[in-house]
Amino acid sequence: MGAETIEKVIEKKPAEPIFSKRRKKLVTDPLIDDNPITVQVLGICSALAVTTQMKPTLVMAISVIFVVALSNFVISIMRNTIPARVRIIVQLAVVATLVTLVSEVLKAFAYDMYKELSVFIGLIITNCIVMGRLEAFAMGNKPYDSMLDGLGSALGYSWIILTVAFFRELWGSGAVFGIPVFQYVSSLFGPDFKLATNGLMVTPVGAFIILGLIVWVQRTKTGYVEH
Amino acid sequence: MQQSNTYIILYSAVLTIILGLLLSGSAQLLGPWQQEAIALDKKKQILGAVISAEEIASMTPEELNTFYSTRISSTVVDITGKEVTTAGVSAEKVEIAKDYKKPAEERTYPVFIFHAEGNPEAVESYIFPMYGAGLWDAIWGYLALDTDMNTIGGITLAHAAETPGLGARITEAKVQERYVGKKIFDESGALVTVMMQKGEGKDYSSDAHKVDGMSGATITGNGVNNMLKAYMGCYEAYIKSKSASKAVAVL
Repeated sequence: MGAETIEKVIEKKPAEPIFSKRRKKLVTDPLIDDNPITVQVLGICSALAVTTQMKPTLVMAISVIFVVALSNFVISIMRNTIPARVRIIVQLAVVATLVTLVSEVLKAFAYDMYKELSVFIGLIITNCIVMGRLEAFAMGNKPYDSMLDGLGSALGYSWIILTVAFFRELWGSGAVFGIPVFQYVSSLFGPDFKLATNGLMVTPVGAFIILGLIVWVQRTKTGYVEH
Repeated sequence: MQQSNTYIILYSAVLTIILGLLLSGSAQLLGPWQQEAIALDKKKQILGAVISAEEIASMTPEELNTFYSTRISSTVVDITGKEVTTAGVSAEKVEIAKDYKKPAEERTYPVFIFHAEGNPEAVESYIFPMYGAGLWDAIWGYLALDTDMNTIGGITLAHAAETPGLGARITEAKVQERYVGKKIFDESGALVTVMMQKGEGKDYSSDAHKVDGMSGATITGNGVNNMLKAYMGCYEAYIKSKSASKAVAVL
């Protein structure tokens, strides 16, 4: 009897708005204050590897958004049925399936990107952000909230890698999204003027430097200190 | 939470079946598009040996397919340089990666012939596929020879898993351009091909058989050298027969 009345009380509560303050926070928190890359320092390897140019980085970002949001959603639906002893394996199977789907779709419709990103799409499976959000959030929250949480983390990841890629492509190859900006700017200053590119930016070292600078700037602004 | 072993085993089995069906279903569904994308990519690589990457990038898939079908014809030869006329054999169907495992004498060798614009009779260059081993995995490419059957008109190189920034640089236009204008035969007519050197930044423009290397990727460079040498050796009979017939035609 007691349990029934409690359930009825819960049912009577008005439905939470689709974009309530709490839900907005789920998406916006990981953008700055709890950013997976700069604050939690997760997903660094792919941030270093795919960010030499903007275009593959964008494809990578979209893939990660898709995988993280959807895997959070699916795992959250399944969360009450997943046997605790094999839960990591179940999570991994779901994530691997989604990643394989992404890779198959890219292979069919964006073969050049598929070739360029190749192994890094597959490595989304091991991206700590994915498993981290599944364990920390999706296993204990409702599907819609989990999806928002995944979306937030993935967007936080995406804007950082896109920023890194912007500076690396600009300084490393003198271009943005493949458009030769340096060449154009140089031509404005006459034929002898030439903006030089820096080969260091094309190597992972360049990504480390840019990433370090972003972390520095961000932590200075938010006042975040590691304990 | 449900913890019995039966539950766990059943749960895993059902999950595996569902995910398996999902994956095989999507592979089935996307298969035709993927095949098309792979075929188009191969054409891009072949054409990459004779026209610039920018030109290829500017074409839509349809334009590229038309360009390929009007300008490229193909034939298949064996190691003695004779054309293989067995029914069902076509250059597009030869899988070089599979053939690579056979002894050189048993392989079939596709040749792609690039024709002049508006004149399907006139040949501009001959394109030869190659396949070999890099540092980590397979490398392959297409070498275009001018009609003197000696001067390299262009090369495309590709790889499965060379190190990004080092060996993977063989796909860059900057590296591939180094081969243009080099010769594969020396003055006496012996096959020497072109050797990528160790180290980077030296000027080899006066040497017809050497190109500048890639710093930090000597083993990949050696792989390219071996691949060139091996496959040009396999095509040598065909190349010689073509240059001989050309000489007669000139006389």
